[in-house]
Amino acid sequence: MNIVVCVKQTPDTAATVTVEDGVVSWGDAPVILNPWDEFAVEEALRIKEAHGGQVTAISLGPEDAKEALKQALAMGCDQAILISDPALAGADSLVVSKILAASINKIGDADLVIFGRASVDSDTGVTGPQVARRLGWPALSLVAAVTALDPEGKNIAVERMLDECRQLVRSPLPAVVSVVKEINEPRYPSFMGIRKASRAEIPLWTAADLGLDEISDSAVTWPEIIAPPKIETEVEMIEGETPEELAAHLVDRLMEEKVI
Amino acid sequence: MANKILVYIDHFAGQVVPASWEAVGVGTSLAEKLGSEVVAVVLGHEVETFAQNAIEFGAGGVLMGDAPELKDYRPEPFARVLSQLAAEAEVLLLPTTSRTRELAGMVAVDLETGVMPDVVAFEIEDGSVLATRPIYAGKLLTKVICPEKRPQIFTLRSRAFVKPEPDPGRSGDITRIELDLGEIVTEVTGYSESMVGVSLSDAAIIVSGGRGVSNNPRLSPPTEITDEGEQEIWRAQQGFALVSDLAKVLGAAMGASRAAVDAGYVPYEHQVGQTGKVVSPDLYIACGISGAIQHLAGMRTSKTIVAINRDSDAPIFKLARFGIVGDLFDILPPLTQAFKERLG
Repeated sequence: MNIVVCVKQTPDTAATVTVEDGVVSWGDAPVILNPWDEFAVEEALRIKEAHGGQVTAISLGPEDAKEALKQALAMGCDQAILISDPALAGADSLVVSKILAASINKIGDADLVIFGRASVDSDTGVTGPQVARRLGWPALSLVAAVTALDPEGKNIAVERMLDECRQLVRSPLPAVVSVVKEINEPRYPSFMGIRKASRAEIPLWTAADLGLDEISDSAVTWPEIIAPPKIETEVEMIEGETPEELAAHLVDRLMEEKVI
Repeated sequence: MANKILVYIDHFAGQVVPASWEAVGVGTSLAEKLGSEVVAVVLGHEVETFAQNAIEFGAGGVLMGDAPELKDYRPEPFARVLSQLAAEAEVLLLPTTSRTRELAGMVAVDLETGVMPDVVAFEIEDGSVLATRPIYAGKLLTKVICPEKRPQIFTLRSRAFVKPEPDPGRSGDITRIELDLGEIVTEVTGYSESMVGVSLSDAAIIVSGGRGVSNNPRLSPPTEITDEGEQEIWRAQQGFALVSDLAKVLGAAMGASRAAVDAGYVPYEHQVGQTGKVVSPDLYIACGISGAIQHLAGMRTSKTIVAINRDSDAPIFKLARFGIVGDLFDILPPLTQAFKERLG
């Protein structure tokens, strides 16, 4: 089983994110492997441990965006590749999916591509399915469990987490999977893993390396990024001597304000 | 009519996702501004009622694809048909659900156009639709626009837009379309039982529990539970039973903080926050939730927030409209009782 995991570097979810003159900043908060992608890396490693093969982590980002890939290597991925090109700044998912699909084709022989369900920064959740569409492979999104995997017979069975319940799906390989948090518990990198990752050479591929001399324009642009309107609430503390009184006063207030 | 607005009606197990009707409402108001018409798309098997409903909610017409192969949603055939129908459209709107993000993305690839998921507001700029969507889990908002390529594809966040009133007297054409499904290689082999009573995204009221729900010092676990971790889970289950009782009386969905989900108190599908569901109900009752930034990001747009917490300095009170400083184990039972009496 050769697996490609697509990961993204994002600011820590605990960061306070602000915008000034259209520039987004998260202060001195660290950048991390997108939390959803940890589950993708973990699932790839588990499948490799059960069935053998190679796990390659790839990421698209600026030249210094290697933290996510280092984390993936430290967890146990065999190799990592950063795809970076000044022409890709501000690329939308239409362009990103094209670049990722070309990268997966260049790596070659993938049986499975795994994504996290979305990135916690742009939060579109469409890149995985778009890459599937570009490759012409089945898209298995929001996977909460891989219930069967047959590398020889080239098929996979998964449980997809819909809003209403889980949908059980069987699909041929290769396929593109996106995973949700239910699927596993990501491992912590080992000391050896961290050492190995810190020394690893991460190759950098440009659009030209992918045979894409001209990068098509993004369809979507972001003319303005703003802070959400401040929520002006003055909390009204409910008073009462006993829990029963507190409860009754709260219900009174909610009904007076026609919340209920 | 080349500049029509298509609205995809998402449904599951015989139920239309309510946000589909919100999308029809948005489609209607955009159509007025752009001088076009709203056409609903209903794909599935035995879905004629939904097509009828779409007209009642305001669609001028319906394109209906009905076939046994479409009984179970699968992205490939659904995207293929939707791409054929949307090729000439000006705008394609979908409600945001677990099915439609991928569907919208795949149609965008087929038609080489832009997709903008989870939109919360719309305006028109130079003949294109300028949309607003949250990023960083709502810590920021971005305007997005697809100025040249068509169709412009948007998915709409549940409850961000008003659901139109249905008018049973309305009429419109339902057109059965010829289906070209292509080869379908995946197979749906079944479904698990439904997981959640009320879906968090659609809920008008959400009652959520946090880590504090396991901290009732007055409870002692049955003596046969000796493992400390299991004792904690047992305590949490007693606490979440109180949260769930209140949710039931209010017809609410039950939510949880990441801390509560990570500790194994409740399954992940209840998680509200940056790595869970982002919600905006009319009423959000936070029980024993201190208010980590990741949680606040997921519920800050709730209309009214009630916080019940022992710690009067908990950040959740900064966002709350009403607060009770106290022990949720004392407050929740009488609160549930009071709602039961007052709401009949």
